[in-house]
Amino acid sequence: MGEYFAGWFPADWEFLGYTLAALVQAILLIHVIALGAFVFIWAERKVSGRIQDRLGPTRTGGKFGWLQSLADGIKLLSKEDLMPKDADPILFKLAPYVSLAASFTAFVAVPFAAGWVALPLNIGLFFVIAILGLEVFGVILAGYSSGSKWSLFGAMRQAAQVVSYEVPLGMCVVVPVMICGTMDLVAIGEQQRGWFTNWLIFHDPFIFIIFWVYFACAVASVNRAPFDLAEAESELVAGFLTEYSGMRWSLFFMAEYGSMILVSLLASILFFGGWNGPIPIFTGLIDWFPDYLGNSWVFTTFANLVGVVNILLKASIGVIIMMWVRWTFPRLRVDQVITMCLKYCVPIAAVCLLGVMFWTALGIGFLNDLVPSQPRAMVRESWVEEGQRREAKRFDSLQTPSTDSAKGEVE
Amino acid sequence: MSSSNRSEIVELDVRTDEMLVNMGPQHPSTHGVLRLVLRTDGEIVSEATPHIGYLHRCAEKIGENLTPRQFVPYTDRMDCLAAMNMNLGWSLTVEKLLDYDLPEKVRHTRVIIAELNRIASHLVGMGTYGLDLGTFSPFLYAFREREKVLDLLEWVCGARLTYSYITPGGVTADLPSDWIGKCKAFLDQFEPQIPDYHTLLTTNAIFIKRTTGIGVLSAEMAIDYGCSGPVLRGSGVDHDLRRDGEPRYTSLYEGYDFEVIVQKDDSYLRDQDYPAVPDEAVLGDCWHRFYVRMLEVIQAIKLIRQGMDFYEKADGDWGKPIKLNAKLPPGEAYLETECPRGQMGFYIVSDGGESIPRRVRARSSCFSNLSVVEPLCRNCLIADIPAMVGSLDIVMGEIDR
Repeated sequence: MGEYFAGWFPADWEFLGYTLAALVQAILLIHVIALGAFVFIWAERKVSGRIQDRLGPTRTGGKFGWLQSLADGIKLLSKEDLMPKDADPILFKLAPYVSLAASFTAFVAVPFAAGWVALPLNIGLFFVIAILGLEVFGVILAGYSSGSKWSLFGAMRQAAQVVSYEVPLGMCVVVPVMICGTMDLVAIGEQQRGWFTNWLIFHDPFIFIIFWVYFACAVASVNRAPFDLAEAESELVAGFLTEYSGMRWSLFFMAEYGSMILVSLLASILFFGGWNGPIPIFTGLIDWFPDYLGNSWVFTTFANLVGVVNILLKASIGVIIMMWVRWTFPRLRVDQVITMCLKYCVPIAAVCLLGVMFWTALGIGFLNDLVPSQPRAMVRESWVEEGQRREAKRFDSLQTPSTDSAKGEVE
Repeated sequence: MSSSNRSEIVELDVRTDEMLVNMGPQHPSTHGVLRLVLRTDGEIVSEATPHIGYLHRCAEKIGENLTPRQFVPYTDRMDCLAAMNMNLGWSLTVEKLLDYDLPEKVRHTRVIIAELNRIASHLVGMGTYGLDLGTFSPFLYAFREREKVLDLLEWVCGARLTYSYITPGGVTADLPSDWIGKCKAFLDQFEPQIPDYHTLLTTNAIFIKRTTGIGVLSAEMAIDYGCSGPVLRGSGVDHDLRRDGEPRYTSLYEGYDFEVIVQKDDSYLRDQDYPAVPDEAVLGDCWHRFYVRMLEVIQAIKLIRQGMDFYEKADGDWGKPIKLNAKLPPGEAYLETECPRGQMGFYIVSDGGESIPRRVRARSSCFSNLSVVEPLCRNCLIADIPAMVGSLDIVMGEIDR
């Protein structure tokens, strides 16, 4: 895309083309995520409505209230942008953008189908987890700068909670990395190709437990009930959100939904085969007729589109389970949240990590050996080669004298 | 600089600052306009001081300018969640002053209506307690059932919150002709749903973690502070005015078979049918106060069923109210009744010869129950404050009057 736009401009002005390409990609990505938040905010209203024996929105947009999020958005946009007198003006205004940017940037490295990723990174998983951890900065800034005691409480709680839960979360995501031997999310997803028995969650019993630990930690790190201590309505009014109104408030809200979608996408890639369906229809066809279908641009694109539907379905199930949990359980107390992390999640994750290590080292079979599939090592090799090819290409482009450095950074 | 001074400086350097935080009067979990001033060190609250008076409407003074029947709507507005019980307390007090005897039929009407209102009130207590602990769904389940109770009460008197139905002398109107059938249908539908509430709250693992062992109110302390109602019985004191009160009040419940919900010998009477007490629970903690309310709902259902049978068999008229400007005899009367939140007392003094009383006073149950907040909320976490205050189930309108 960058090269295409660069062609529009005269020599020495090609960086404009690359900037344009980056802008287009960023806007596309932001819209995909914003639309996801849009859909899930509506879904949350409907799900909570049904759980609570009511209907939820029914009229906005004709049927099912499907335009409710838009109506909410318009309402929030038209609200007054209030700032308390005691607030630190710069930090107060900056905080929502930090949260939103952190939540949305992580999507840059998340693949939606084989090779369909905005920025192919060989340390994709590491990047996503690191960026996700940055979201807490926005919350701490918001709480600190609001000039409200309740906000400060919320921020401190969030800091304590996220820092604790990053430890078991990190341990949980290390397990798929260890099995797959790569941090490239595309490669991890592709190694689970084939029947559903090939998904990593069926690799061994330990990883099955690890998934639940991951889910608990993910819920805690995106600050959802029963771990929503930072905004704990009945205790801290609204925690770090207390002094925010209108659009700034909704930016935090969108960041929360963005993170929810992100951790669910990550769960589906790491444990549930990502874009690979339970029964390999399209990938199976490609494997059978590699010469006809494998080379057909139309067919592989179609297979990838089905893959996108697959991964979005899996992620939606994850998000809906989070909603279900939220509308069922009371909130934990702050000491209980930290206790759960340090006394249960960390030891379980550590033991399972060891368990998976031995399981893999000893080469014991489990459910994933029921249906024979392509060995993971072979898939990995092919992706390592692919990565090397990509590196070489980038290296070549950097070596060509007519291009400047900006070209190498945007593909 | 002397050595003692230096050590003091070192200590000050290490010490973290305490922060005074205002919880309320505008706060989601202070049940209206209660204001708590918290002295906090991080998450730990070392002191919580309740401040009241934001909802003071001079109800007692107004009572000195109105006739007893005109004052009934003001009793509605004291405890707006259990207005029928407030009407009942006031009416019985006035009847005591007048030495007025009730017809048989109105006795059962009053029991049915008061107990129905008790169900509605405890449902709100249960639902908002869930809200205080951060779960929203049980609140809406509770309100769904409460709506049906309010429908029944609306049918009786036309109002859904401030009824003014029970008045000195009887009730404003007889029960509608097929009301009893509708009420039976409601109870048949409501009773099987109670296990749902137990699943969502009483036996929920997080709920048990949040409520057991905190806010422990010993029996001696509960008596010393004048607590009453479920707060007192949750501490294991076997005291219920419906059984232990004055004859004028207990005679309403004559012939009724019901149990006073209190833990005896480490178990509740109904333990076999309803969830057992978890091991972590300590007598007098928030969980017990909540559980007593849940079981009292069952007792109220039992009482209503009996009351409806008695009502259908009873003869006599339905109890015409006294005249609006009936002359009061000289003297005074004080009567306490068992409201959903505890002992609600009304006091009336009359000089005689006039229809307007000299003095009207109300003894609030929530006021005494709220007074235990200060000793209970010492050295707890911020998250425990809503859990403890919510378990007392206060209504600010009754405290401030």
